Amino acid sequence: MSETTKTLLRGARLIGGDSADVLIEGETIAAVGQGLSAEGATVIEAEGQILLPGLVDLHTHLREPGREDSETVLTGTQAAAVGGYTAVHAMANTFPVADTAGVVEQVWRLGRESGYCDVQPVGAVTVGLEGAQLAELGAMHESAAGVVVFSDDGKCVDDAVIMRRALEYVKAFDGVIAQHAQEPRLTEGAQMNEGVVSAQLGLGGWPAVAEESIIARDVLLAAHVDSRVHICHLSTAGSVEIVRWAKSKGWNVTAEVTPHHLLLTDELVRSYNPVYKVNPPLRTEADVLALREALADGTIDCVATDHAPHPHEDKDCEWAAAAMGMVGLETALSVVQHTMVDTGLLDWAGVADRMSFRPAAIGRLAGHGRPVAAGEPANLTLLDAAYRGVVNPAGFASRSRNTPYEGRELPGRVTHTFLRGRATVVDGKLT
Amino acid sequence: MKRHLISAADLTRDDAVLILDTAEEMARVADRPIKKLPTLRGRTVVNLFFEDSTRTRISFEAAAKRLSADVINFSAKGSSVSKGESLKDTALTLEAMGADAVVIRHHSSGAPHRLATSGWIKGSVVNAGDGTHEHPTQALLDAFTMRRHLAGAADGGPTHHRGPGDGTGRDLAGRKVTIVGDVLHGRVARSNVHLLTTLGAEVTLVAPPTLVPIGVESWPCEVSYDLDAVLPTSDAVMMLRVQRERMNAAFFPTEREYARRYGLTGDRMARMPEHAIVMHPGPMNRGMEITAEVADSPRCTAVEQVTNGVSIRMAALYLLLGGNEPALAPSAPADKPARTEETSTP
Repeated sequence: MSETTKTLLRGARLIGGDSADVLIEGETIAAVGQGLSAEGATVIEAEGQILLPGLVDLHTHLREPGREDSETVLTGTQAAAVGGYTAVHAMANTFPVADTAGVVEQVWRLGRESGYCDVQPVGAVTVGLEGAQLAELGAMHESAAGVVVFSDDGKCVDDAVIMRRALEYVKAFDGVIAQHAQEPRLTEGAQMNEGVVSAQLGLGGWPAVAEESIIARDVLLAAHVDSRVHICHLSTAGSVEIVRWAKSKGWNVTAEVTPHHLLLTDELVRSYNPVYKVNPPLRTEADVLALREALADGTIDCVATDHAPHPHEDKDCEWAAAAMGMVGLETALSVVQHTMVDTGLLDWAGVADRMSFRPAAIGRLAGHGRPVAAGEPANLTLLDAAYRGVVNPAGFASRSRNTPYEGRELPGRVTHTFLRGRATVVDGKLT
Repeated sequence: MKRHLISAADLTRDDAVLILDTAEEMARVADRPIKKLPTLRGRTVVNLFFEDSTRTRISFEAAAKRLSADVINFSAKGSSVSKGESLKDTALTLEAMGADAVVIRHHSSGAPHRLATSGWIKGSVVNAGDGTHEHPTQALLDAFTMRRHLAGAADGGPTHHRGPGDGTGRDLAGRKVTIVGDVLHGRVARSNVHLLTTLGAEVTLVAPPTLVPIGVESWPCEVSYDLDAVLPTSDAVMMLRVQRERMNAAFFPTEREYARRYGLTGDRMARMPEHAIVMHPGPMNRGMEITAEVADSPRCTAVEQVTNGVSIRMAALYLLLGGNEPALAPSAPADKPARTEETSTP
């Protein structure tokens, strides 16, 4: 066994605002304090940089198995590390679908082999995401992958009885159903947010009510069976109101918002550039502001990327033919800084809460979303918040380039990421 | 004018009047024994049709041929497109063959916009109907038809201006146009609202609420659910085709109920002002949105619209391709009568 590696982060700014030295020994934080000894340690001058707990993503599409042309577990976790993530939840809509213990274990194992970021597989709620028959949720939970979060993401569990049963069933092992809230009949042929812009562009409308009606139903179902439901990528002001109401009742409801829904609006669709095509669609300015406010006041629990890589040809075409989704892992923290921190809505403690503590708690992830304190696992992200840079997808670690931020100036840059004490990113570069 | 014709919303009043005036010049050619101008000799116009539309395609084909352009018809059916070729690769192929203009009909809203802005081709793009978005040459031919009938008329007056030249230089200021039918899925209504408003007309859309898009309040027009209420003040009533299949998606209960509430019958036509015209872009569903009595009446301009369509498309192609620079100077029509004269003595 080799000697325990030591790393000293000197003068990092903690989320409380104080500066301190942080000594990492092996896989854990050995000490946090002033003037710690650098003896035998690799020293990183972190003066002025913000030290966050390693970020946790509840909603990532790693595409493997099946669509390795757009992303693999390796490239996806590399992108995650560059973005400051130490754990990601891999969504189940792969080919084959992650609806059996075998597939979730495969994804889990690929994550461990990658070494860049922990991969926690999400299991499908129903067989083949078909919404008809429950997948073997218990088997996936008991597998090596230890699945806790179940989702048919990409498709809505629209059958009320199936949703009720799923919510009830996962209570046996403290699971959670993460719902992609999209009433299918109301969104047939949907291409973008239904409203003023869709009326002008002649694109099929994806109405807010198609999301809100499912959320309303599901919070009521969760309350009825006393289980917990998590709302994926909440995108409308009306959805915020429903979740706020459900939480006021004390029901076990959590919700996430994507970075792109915190920044972009459906006005961008006027370009007919499919890089802006995403599901749920970009909404209006009023929705964006409501989402920011809800993330700030905690109605929305966390930011989740919905990182959705697609090959170039699936976006280099006419709008209707294009795939839905955007990559997001490598820009998420910058977008949150831009929309939440630089606007004064959230401080860095809030960012740590919404991007690490709470998502880890929802996913019941051990070893992640822990405070920066002695004895804790050394899952850490060091951010240069003063940095300003223009997004250039050519430099992405992700295999895909479908970012809506190309050419846009965004603040902040992750300089270092540590996964259990090992640096996965040093000076902004993968190790 | 811009280099492409994608949306009626892109046209200024002067652009639109220029196209209509140019079309009047083109219409004169049709009255000659030899209906051909040498203007676009050596230029290549591709009709790129991803959707079946014989009427629109042959109209563009006739227009291009009357301007002496070489015409290539590319239909998605039976072509490489049906084998999975992307719009991009099709475009690159056409570019490699030297297309000067691509007339595109596509089932996806925004496809012409993508074609024009993605750098796939250098030529001009003419939107011949995209999804449920726009159909700008249809709106232009409708405006052209209206101007011939209504431009010179005093408010509510009976004056009909038929024949070449009438209305030249004028717009549709103060004319009241009612468009009836499937606004939600219709690209004709969308283009007409933009163009007719630009030309000064007041547009009212009439449809069951299910066939009016959410967000219509941002359009520069009125919306009514009551056809009978707006007929007495309409100078032109445009009936849009309503697909019978729409009732299967619960947009309206039955064909008969639609016809009763929103169809134009002889009785309803009698409530229109005497000078008012009935328009239809075709193809008509007789007995659905329009009765045979109305369709065959002298007040219905459906057939005239087809004729005018060729003139309008000649004008559009001429203005997009005929000038030496991408943005045509307003002086362009001034030298055109001369060209017209040249060809009158073959």
